Amino acid sequence: MTAPPPLLDAHLVADRGTFHLDIRLRIAAGEVVALLGPNGAGKTTALRALAGLHPLSAGHLTLGGTDLDRPERRRWVPPERRPVGVVFQDYLLFPHLSALDNVAFGPRRRGADRRAARARAQAWLDRVGLGGRAGDRPRQLSGGQAQRVALARALAVEPTLLLLDEPLAALDARTRLDTRAELQRHLGAHAGAALLVTHDPLDALVLADRLVIVEQGRVVQEGDAATVTARPRTDYVARLVGLNLHRGRAEGRSVTVGGLTLTAADSVHGDAFVAFPPAAVALHPGRPDGSPRNVWPATVTGVQRHGDNLRVQLAGPVAVAADVTPASAAQLRLRPGQRVWAAVKAAETRAYPA
Amino acid sequence: MSRRPGQRVPLALLLPAGLGLLFLVLPLVGLLARAPWTSLPRRLAEPGVRTALRLSLETATAATVLCVLLGVPLAWLLARVEFPGRRLVRALVTVPLVLPPVVGGVALLLVFGRRGLLGSWLDATFGITLPFTTAGVVLAEAFVAMPFLVIAVEGALRGADRRYEEAAATLGAGRWTTFTRVTLPLVAPGVAAGAVLCWARALGEFGATITFAGNYPGRTQTMPLAVYLALETDLQAAIVLSLILLTVSVAILAGLRDRWLGTT
Amino acid sequence: MTVRWTRAARAATAALTLALAGCGGADEPAAGDAGGRVTVFAAASLTESFTRLGRDFEAAHPGTTVTVNFAGSSALATQITQGAPADVFVAASPATMKTVTDAGDAAGEPTILVRNQLVIAVPAGNPGRVTGLADLARPGVKVALCAEQVPCGAAAKTALGAAGVRLTPATLEQDVKGALAKVKLGEVDAALVYRTDARATAGALDAVEFPESARAVNDYPIVVLKHAANPGGARAFVDHVRSAAGLAVLTAAGFQAPQSR
Repeated sequence: MTAPPPLLDAHLVADRGTFHLDIRLRIAAGEVVALLGPNGAGKTTALRALAGLHPLSAGHLTLGGTDLDRPERRRWVPPERRPVGVVFQDYLLFPHLSALDNVAFGPRRRGADRRAARARAQAWLDRVGLGGRAGDRPRQLSGGQAQRVALARALAVEPTLLLLDEPLAALDARTRLDTRAELQRHLGAHAGAALLVTHDPLDALVLADRLVIVEQGRVVQEGDAATVTARPRTDYVARLVGLNLHRGRAEGRSVTVGGLTLTAADSVHGDAFVAFPPAAVALHPGRPDGSPRNVWPATVTGVQRHGDNLRVQLAGPVAVAADVTPASAAQLRLRPGQRVWAAVKAAETRAYPA
Repeated sequence: MSRRPGQRVPLALLLPAGLGLLFLVLPLVGLLARAPWTSLPRRLAEPGVRTALRLSLETATAATVLCVLLGVPLAWLLARVEFPGRRLVRALVTVPLVLPPVVGGVALLLVFGRRGLLGSWLDATFGITLPFTTAGVVLAEAFVAMPFLVIAVEGALRGADRRYEEAAATLGAGRWTTFTRVTLPLVAPGVAAGAVLCWARALGEFGATITFAGNYPGRTQTMPLAVYLALETDLQAAIVLSLILLTVSVAILAGLRDRWLGTT
Repeated sequence: MTVRWTRAARAATAALTLALAGCGGADEPAAGDAGGRVTVFAAASLTESFTRLGRDFEAAHPGTTVTVNFAGSSALATQITQGAPADVFVAASPATMKTVTDAGDAAGEPTILVRNQLVIAVPAGNPGRVTGLADLARPGVKVALCAEQVPCGAAAKTALGAAGVRLTPATLEQDVKGALAKVKLGEVDAALVYRTDARATAGALDAVEFPESARAVNDYPIVVLKHAANPGGARAFVDHVRSAAGLAVLTAAGFQAPQSR
């Protein structure tokens, strides 16, 4: 028994200058995938390739069983004939058109007559809660409103594939919260495939069913939110999800990392990752006695605020971050250069195959 | 001078700016100072003057329309399409700026004249002759004025954000629709500025016009030609004619500006 | 870029130095009446003959430089009355000269240097078979005249009036050279121009003489100007062009001596 073919089936190979992109992407109908990665990872190039704004140099792009780009067969469908809608990072609403005409632009180009296109545009503006701002020019709209108009504009062509390029990046924190919730609602209602390009893990975790993480043009990890957050496989992902991550060799529950052997909660053999949250790292002025088996001497290299706690950067046999309360920090009199003992409970140290 | 921080102007800029303005305005002051104001209404009423003025306005407007129709696509080509020899083409576009207009007029005769490269064919095939006709005036004016439009529009196109065009494409707009519905509206201010420059240049055109289209009242004698001939006999008449041309053109440009500003 | 600017600056400096040196030269009177620089403003129709006369004069008076500014005589007259530095003025019509004398810019009375007559200039070989003024009124014949405001136009009007010929020209040119250019380029079939101008372009076009031209003879007055920087040199130059040798140059160019009136 084979799974039904995904709505989007793509192997995106593209070059931009010296940058080389090579990622595989599959998205089912109704699924929202987040393409997550640091700046310059190739997220935008992937999005442009999907939209038809950047040609593939190899690989293929198949949407709903139709090849949109397949260089080996010299097949390329221009952007205007792809069933793809795009919400651009800074929205790119046409400044000379009203909100209504911006949304009606797509339906009009795709064959609807003027009245029908405007009626559909009005319906979409109503759905994003901006029915009353139909006559406004983009510059009269706030950032959040412009984002919603851009979403309505992209959805009004009823795309099979919806692409969102950092849709919340341009908004301030407060607007972002509301808009994110609204976006989640519309993405849930979208019957086609959706790809969300972002560098914000929160957007990805809230909005997407599945995460695809790219670094330097390649997929480094993919999976659902729980897997990715529990088992990061690169420093970038570890930082995103806030875990200390080290790679070493495991023999059962013992994992050797650098000169240090840690005891983990999981049993693995061979190359392995160990991960533990900064909050699981306890600091002591001297070598602690008793239960924690994972203990090593370390040197404080930096202390920053992190939420209600302080995040302490430590050098030693392994470089880790530790979160301590201000009270214990005061007790320890933490300052750069100070020598301390770090301890992590084995139960909070996860190991998994590399 | 204002004390507000944003408005402080360095003297090193203010001084040459003032001198520049003075340099541009002083000749106008000279014209105004020497103008025989009392005879101005009478001159304006002269049928010859009105004919030349009307012809000037009509031909300059027609030349501007021609320049927009041909120049905007040319500017688009230069701004948006990579093709071999683009730098050369861009340099060629500015040739009419460098060429003395009289030489431009001769060059036009060599092409569109009765024995010209195209002119002889036009004459033999369609019975169309351009020299000594009003159409010839339009052609001569368009020749010298077109670079102003092309350069202005090309600059606007280069400055325009191309991602709007990409957004239009993802919404299903083909390249032509994108051009007419998105690109053109975005660069409209640049086109307007280019058209104004183009119109002003066409209105003042003299050398290419008299060389290519000749000088005949009512048919090819525009205001600058009338001014030049008046200069032969009557300096005051020439001053009056110049002022009339100046006043009318400034009034029209100011009126258009108000209208444009009113719509945005 | 730096190199280019430096070079441009050097060129500008050189030009400035030359200009200053030139100015200095004009201020210092050289030995003898004819010394230094003589600046002549002459009607455009005199271009060929006065260039020759200037060179002859320089040869006869070593150390003297003759600078001739050729343009339409009306433009020259305007420049002179607006204070342009000139020593001698030769106009293509007494009316134009009158604007200078009326403004009080002439030193003494102008004298008639030469006379000029109109001819019909036609493209080489005379394809339109034009033999007289009457042919110019034939339908389909394109004619260029000078505008009435310039001397050749006034003369053309007189001649056409004398012949009783009425025609609608294709163009009224601002000067003779403009009318001639139209004939040379084949844009018109004929133009009424001065004989001297037709002769200067002989080969490229033919000249057809016509009897009515005697009714529209143009006199070229010459005068030394009141504000001449070099009055001695100016007088010597005028004497030179009015000498037998000078007149020979002018008649060779197609002018008539005033005595032939």
